[in-house]
Amino acid sequence: MKGSKSGLAITFILLYVFWILNSGLFDTFHLSLGVICSFIVAYMFNDLLFGSDAKPGRVLLRAYRLLAYIPWLLYQIALSNWDVFKRVMQPEMPINPQVIKFRSGLSGELALTIFANSITLTPGTVTVDIDKDGTFYVHAIADEPAGSLLTEPPCEMAGRSGYIFDECRKWNS
Amino acid sequence: MNPVDIIVTLIMSVGALLMLTGSIGLLRLPDVYCRMHATGKCDTLGESLILLGLIIYQVYSGHELVLDKVIVPAKMLFIILFFFLANPVATHAIMKAAFIIKTPMWTKQGWKVWQKEESR
Repeated sequence: MKGSKSGLAITFILLYVFWILNSGLFDTFHLSLGVICSFIVAYMFNDLLFGSDAKPGRVLLRAYRLLAYIPWLLYQIALSNWDVFKRVMQPEMPINPQVIKFRSGLSGELALTIFANSITLTPGTVTVDIDKDGTFYVHAIADEPAGSLLTEPPCEMAGRSGYIFDECRKWNS
Repeated sequence: MNPVDIIVTLIMSVGALLMLTGSIGLLRLPDVYCRMHATGKCDTLGESLILLGLIIYQVYSGHELVLDKVIVPAKMLFIILFFFLANPVATHAIMKAAFIIKTPMWTKQGWKVWQKEESR
């Protein structure tokens, strides 16, 4: 328990809404049980969601930017499924597997996680390993997906996921 | 047939088609790394589309209770969110494990064991 009072309150509210949606019972016993459980968990672990140095306003801004990132990611996921569909259904299977290495320029743990997950979900590439300094090793199934990550400066997706955590400026400005 | 049924059928058919693509890819592609491409991507969207169809069907199915109209779809939405977080992580874990135990990799030049220093 190192976080601030407002961080505790926001964590408690999130946990309690999650509790109500999962229980679906609205009698006094279950609602009060939810209050007790949510408060204990929020009291003990609120510094996981709102770290001791981060202000709640900053965290909410990041949550908003993460939500704004999701529609673009969904579009990329649809493209990636169409890509796999085309490759798998053709009789000659146009694949040329290779492993590429590039510097992403990101450093925060959460930014690296989100970028690695995005790489795995976007067309033709799967993250294999990440070094501490932000170097990514990526397995690409053909030449074009590999080329889309090896652009200079680092690709559009790195800019978008870095922007969520204030590690780069807005990707298109 | 009312329009909701048609939309739900379409969404769930696309989801099932993607799951089929993932399975065909799993069988046709040459090595474990390429196979993870097929399953890791197609399973995520395929399962999510099937659940999305179920959500729409549940909301418009004419139930009287708030329980069935709000809480059951909300639970299915949580499952979709869980897929989007867990599926890429599981794919990455299997890929990394395969690299650590030096599983050979299929390339156009033949099978070989990948070394970290070789990558460009």
